[in-house]
Amino acid sequence: MNGLNYDVIIIGAGSVGTPTALFLAQKGYKVLVVDRNPSPGQSSNKRAIGGLRATHSDPAKIKLCLRSLKIFSTWQETYGDDIEWYKGGYCFVAYREEEEKTLKEVIPLQKRHGLNIDWLEAEELRKLIPDLNPAGLRGGTFSPEDGHASPLLAIEAFYRQAKKAGAQFKFQEKVTGLTIEGGKIKGLVTDKGSYGAEVVINAAGAWAAEIARMAGMDVPVKPDSHEAAVTEPVQRFFEPMIVDIRPVKGSANYYFYQHATGQIIFCITPSPSIWGFDERETSEFLPMVSRRMIELMPRLKNIRVRRTWRGLYPMTPDGFPIVGWSREVQGFLLAVGMCGQGFMLGPGVGELLTRLVAKQPGPDDEEILSYLSPYRNFVSEEKLK
Amino acid sequence: MIDNRLYKHPILPVEDRPTFKFYWNDQELIAREGETIASALFANGIRIFNYHHKDGAPQGIFCANGQCAQCLVLADGFPVKSCMELIKPGMRIQPVNGLPELPAVDPESPLVFEPIEELEVSVLIIGGGPAGLSAAIELGSRGVDCLLVDDKHRLGGKLVLQTHRFFGSVEAVYAGTRGIDIATRLENEVRKFSSVKIWLQSTALAVFSDRKVGILKEGKKYALVRPKILLVASGAREKSLAFPGNTLPGVYGAGAFQTLVNRDLVKPTERLFIVGGGNVGLIAGYHALQAGIQVVGLIEIMPECGGYKVHKDKLARLGVPILTSHTILSANGKEAVESVTVAKVDEKFQPIKGTEKTFACDTVLIAIGLDPVNEFYLKAKEFGLPAYAAGDAEEIAEASAAIFSGKIRGLEIARDLGVYSGEIPNSWYETAEILKSRPGKTYPESFPEKETGVFPVIHCLQEIPCNPCSAVCPRKLIEVDRSDIRKLPVYYEERDGKGCTGCERCVVFCPGLAITLVDYRRDAQFPEVTIPFEFLKEIINPGDEVSLVDVEGKFLTKAKVVSVKSIKGNDRTILVKVQVPKEIAKKVSGLRLQPEISPAEAQYTERMADEAIICRCERVTAGEIRKLIREGLRDINEIKTITRAGMGPCGAKTCTPLIHRLFREEGVPEKEIIDQPKRPLFIEVPLGVFAGLQEKQEKKEAEDERA
Repeated sequence: MNGLNYDVIIIGAGSVGTPTALFLAQKGYKVLVVDRNPSPGQSSNKRAIGGLRATHSDPAKIKLCLRSLKIFSTWQETYGDDIEWYKGGYCFVAYREEEEKTLKEVIPLQKRHGLNIDWLEAEELRKLIPDLNPAGLRGGTFSPEDGHASPLLAIEAFYRQAKKAGAQFKFQEKVTGLTIEGGKIKGLVTDKGSYGAEVVINAAGAWAAEIARMAGMDVPVKPDSHEAAVTEPVQRFFEPMIVDIRPVKGSANYYFYQHATGQIIFCITPSPSIWGFDERETSEFLPMVSRRMIELMPRLKNIRVRRTWRGLYPMTPDGFPIVGWSREVQGFLLAVGMCGQGFMLGPGVGELLTRLVAKQPGPDDEEILSYLSPYRNFVSEEKLK
Repeated sequence: MIDNRLYKHPILPVEDRPTFKFYWNDQELIAREGETIASALFANGIRIFNYHHKDGAPQGIFCANGQCAQCLVLADGFPVKSCMELIKPGMRIQPVNGLPELPAVDPESPLVFEPIEELEVSVLIIGGGPAGLSAAIELGSRGVDCLLVDDKHRLGGKLVLQTHRFFGSVEAVYAGTRGIDIATRLENEVRKFSSVKIWLQSTALAVFSDRKVGILKEGKKYALVRPKILLVASGAREKSLAFPGNTLPGVYGAGAFQTLVNRDLVKPTERLFIVGGGNVGLIAGYHALQAGIQVVGLIEIMPECGGYKVHKDKLARLGVPILTSHTILSANGKEAVESVTVAKVDEKFQPIKGTEKTFACDTVLIAIGLDPVNEFYLKAKEFGLPAYAAGDAEEIAEASAAIFSGKIRGLEIARDLGVYSGEIPNSWYETAEILKSRPGKTYPESFPEKETGVFPVIHCLQEIPCNPCSAVCPRKLIEVDRSDIRKLPVYYEERDGKGCTGCERCVVFCPGLAITLVDYRRDAQFPEVTIPFEFLKEIINPGDEVSLVDVEGKFLTKAKVVSVKSIKGNDRTILVKVQVPKEIAKKVSGLRLQPEISPAEAQYTERMADEAIICRCERVTAGEIRKLIREGLRDINEIKTITRAGMGPCGAKTCTPLIHRLFREEGVPEKEIIDQPKRPLFIEVPLGVFAGLQEKQEKKEAEDERA
């Protein structure tokens, strides 16, 4: 034990931990980030496809993501790095009455919490995305201020700025235990050393439950896996992320967009979920997703798939993140269970965590935290997963 | 009108194939049936295929093997790899400038999907080259159901590019037969077995964790194969090299070159320069000369060429300058290669200032070595699918070794499947080791003392696995140690009282062209020397004055050709006879083909200079990556994140070894470097293929329109 070396230690240099380190360091905190990987974002961040939206069905995620969007969209002018931000919007399409109803139902709440979103009828939608299959198209939501960026470039930018602001990073170190004295966190131990701090943030993504158990906490986070792919680049031919939430046999939904580089990036949600930590590629993904995508947008049939991969979604029982202080161990802060949305939530959550550490709550924080509380009953259900 | 096609070749048959029109931009050009788009363009003198979307750099052919996307063109509006697609009558080809546009499709067009074909086989063999075919023969002969997939239009792998006679053992691996002919023999053999299914133009795309292997079947359909055992015989890929100008059109691999010349019968260059003195580079040089291409030089960074001495000597004798302890500094030119600058290196392989030379050339071949294509094997192992690797995919060696290792793997798999219960003979493994062995000791040349009668002079001075000479002498006068065919051949003046009759078979059959026949019988003062020659008969005629050289190409004398013999049994080897003074007769090993080549002096260029391209797909320079290494980055994943190196169509196949090399140059130990994971897909494939989308209707309409 080296004594209280840091103000805050963050476990995980991922989508959440890295921007959090930046904001804390900018506030003047002495921050250490510990990660078992050799460089930032090497677990789930780099497997994220890059979608950034505030189009959610609950006030907490809407508000956090609106902040994230602000940070992503102004990043280049503020810090200079190109993170391939592109304001293409999000479009949830509806080909059936059920989806039309689900999507329309949440629009008033979304608008109330500041989201710029509208329902577009089929004809308007086809003007926006001319290559959509018109057969049976009822319409869809369009939120023009959503977009996408490169998770890889973004985390590298957060990381570099965090280091510039004074945060320290220890890579290739695996946390083996938390140091707890008299119900208070005092630091942590890794396979290479021990570090002291009165605040430790669990931002360990898919491995968050394992870390929480070190504090004697049972946090209901368990990962399932989704596969994704990227194509060759072509000239831009559509703007928004397209999300189709129609469940069919084998998959709950899928989504794709054209990245700033011109590449199409896509992902599917298997149904039933595939639980566990397996990140190895399967033969089922491409035939399943390609057929759905081509049915929706026949023009995609000729685009060539370049690479596929599989990543983990740290899921919670109700599909909402878990953010807040531990009641059992003082100074232990949870920012876990992002349910596959760590990249879009990361900066917003990072600012929130910074306010929590600083004990300077914002006007909406109480409401946000009530939705994301580790001690909620986890019975509601996310409508726009 | 430019026509770079080969209409005559000393070894390869040139079929008379129908020609038709196609268009490059709006220019009408002529293609020959069966040519790839790339070959058709080269045949018409076009070698800049597109301009990179990132920096507008001109790009031409690089791998000619479907592995990268340097040769991308638009064919009737579709972006395609020109090295893999066959040209069709009336096709409109355009260069890709920047990003291509995805062809528009009527969003209301009806879509017909078919289920993805899934099949189970006992053995899936990836690769129909020497190793894969040999394994298939072992398995097929035992009735094992196999599926053999190969991404090319015909079987044989790289054998179909090899015009030279093969080394190795006559008994085990057809030594003395030309590679192209071995391909045919293996193919005929394998096709006898009904249990072996063959899919051509079929590329393995990925081994998945559910132990299925994704195959792009016949270039257009997706199939999932579940084998009991996987045999990876996918060969090798060429190593790349970073130097300023390394991505200029005209800089490419020796394999790509052999494909263009020996498979597609186009002459992609007039003046060739070769980097690398291993067998691949040396043989490519020989193939170039056979195709009538001038080889202006070959460099090797080591003090000796790594390839067989007989290959090197062949080139040197024909007049190719071979510079050892030399490295390439730059390829020079505006839109394509116009010259190459090289320099001598010191004992630390650093270029020595003041030793630079520039050779005028239009093409630079990179032949600095091969890496196994072993990703499918590694994935199969990771996922618990029983797997073997054979040939270059297992270990880089000669094709003769690949033939034999395929045979062994075949029998091992048969044993695993329970259809073969015997042991695999120990002698097989011993032979395999011998065939794989690198060249051994070199001995000084010594000559028989005799100056009467007729006898062979064997200019074979280096231990290599090879024994055809011992098999052809009707009187068994040439012997190679049967237990170790790497030993030098020994000539006996007589056996059972009978000596050499001058039958010339050894001269014809030696793969290294390292045996001459000296005949004192007609004129003991001016004996006749018989020299093997594998070039077009019409370029050499009785009465021609030729420059005769010793084994390593040193000029001996000029002499007139007495006769030129080409008989059917010689299998395309010509015998040239000259008469020379007896003092040099035994030394004469060959005749010069090329006039002397003299380089120009040149300016010094920093090696691995910062503008050299490391990732050619994403145009990432050595300077960008070197800066990150110096900042302390060790994770190639992070280098990829920042620079995009490795994110391109080739799947980091080309840049990964180069990044490792940069690390080495910066003094970073290999164990500190973190590699990036290999992910599917092996090549880019249209989304519609994975969906099982039926395209018949549309294709037919397009063809009708064209007709």
